[in-house]
Amino acid sequence: MSDIPNELKYASSHEWARMEEDGSIVVGITDHAQGLLGDVVYVELPEIDTEVSAGDEIAVVESVKAASDIYSPISGTVVEVNDSLDGSPETINSDCYGEGWIFRIEPSNETDFEDLMDAEAYGESIDED
Amino acid sequence: MGLQTPFYALHVNAGARMVDFGGWDMPINYGSQIDEHHAVRQDAGMFDVSHMTIVDVKGANAKPFLQKLLANDVAKLTVSGKALYSGMLNEQGGVIDDLITYYIHDEFYRVVVNASTREKDLAWMTEQAKPFGVSVAHNPEFAMLAIQGPNAIAKTQSVFSTKQQQDSAELGVFFAVESEGFFIARTGYTGEDGYEIMVPVAEVESFWNALVAAGVKPCGLGARDTLRLEAGMNLYGSDMDESISPLEANMGWTIAWEPTEREFIGRAALTAQKEAGVANKLAGLVLEGKGVLRAHMKVLDEQGNEIGETTSGTMSPTLKLSIALARISKSAGEKVLIDMRGKQVPAKVVKPCFVRKGESLV
Repeated sequence: MSDIPNELKYASSHEWARMEEDGSIVVGITDHAQGLLGDVVYVELPEIDTEVSAGDEIAVVESVKAASDIYSPISGTVVEVNDSLDGSPETINSDCYGEGWIFRIEPSNETDFEDLMDAEAYGESIDED
Repeated sequence: MGLQTPFYALHVNAGARMVDFGGWDMPINYGSQIDEHHAVRQDAGMFDVSHMTIVDVKGANAKPFLQKLLANDVAKLTVSGKALYSGMLNEQGGVIDDLITYYIHDEFYRVVVNASTREKDLAWMTEQAKPFGVSVAHNPEFAMLAIQGPNAIAKTQSVFSTKQQQDSAELGVFFAVESEGFFIARTGYTGEDGYEIMVPVAEVESFWNALVAAGVKPCGLGARDTLRLEAGMNLYGSDMDESISPLEANMGWTIAWEPTEREFIGRAALTAQKEAGVANKLAGLVLEGKGVLRAHMKVLDEQGNEIGETTSGTMSPTLKLSIALARISKSAGEKVLIDMRGKQVPAKVVKPCFVRKGESLV
């Protein structure tokens, strides 16, 4: 059974999103996704200041098995990326909801975040996989 | 539900993530593929390879049959138990499969072919055997386990019976010996020392459990692939197939051109290829920029002209670099560019062997 924290929001493409106090959104991939990928060996991070729309390919997580696109769950501007993943991409396997976060985004559309799934809905969506 | 090997329940009990592999339910890993990879490079790991196919070739004409069937020459095999790696080619010189042949005696050879090619191999061998009057029979009596790593021999010896220890004590590399129903071969697909052992089906569970107790780590197909790629060993269907000549698949050394009167299948085509000039080679690549090499990425020369493509690629757990095998122009220089999702990333061309016995070769 994969771990799906209640306090986060989720996209059907297996990203999680968390709103910070300043209104920016931190994004990573879920425990279910890292489990499917296997050992992560490389993360291609987005450039800071990149403007994205919800659903755009924004990063790539490469595991021993394959390359997997990461989609931005919301529209906005990338304001920070997790550079520590360059040296230790396996953090995504060991702590996907914490130290394994991937990027932080300044949203341009307030409703995007609210439109994401809650933990229960995401849990049901992966049961159907 | 796919085909299951005799180890299936043991994999599930060990927490394996099972995947379909050529119609078989096989373990891809038991948790971490990278940990399993390192276990083989540094200690000892074991792989279920029971999906591979054992074919016993028997009859008075077994030797002349295999001399016709295989590009390598079984006449090199004169000591019982000696093994030979070879391609089995079609008339066009393409590789139907790569395989290992063990010599038992002049009228009995044991051949191990790939899992994904079982049906077509058996059909081809049976057809070619007709004029020779030899029997070609799949042998289902064994499961097969590869135990690999610097400590693989010692740990396996520790679970053998006294008789098996004695029989295999002096076993040379690329030799096999039959002992108390086990067929013990000192071969492998990882670049490390170790055994590939045909185990009687009834003894699968006790042998596996004894090896686990001796500290041999179960390893899945994922680690098997990164290990063989580091060792520069071809994977059938990825690095070569029926459309590829062994001369373009780093298998030239497996073709026995002498004696010239031996008319093996594919010889005429290969001779013509050699006379016309072989355009490509299977080379190794080490990525110098960021990213991970995968199969079917375009390889460009420094001017940006396409000169080939990768056939296998991965992030090497031993080297912490991304490596690949690539079929590229023979005239390729030392530096190439890889088209990775639209970006051109530099790579170095090396001999297709990256790691041997735990040591980096690049």
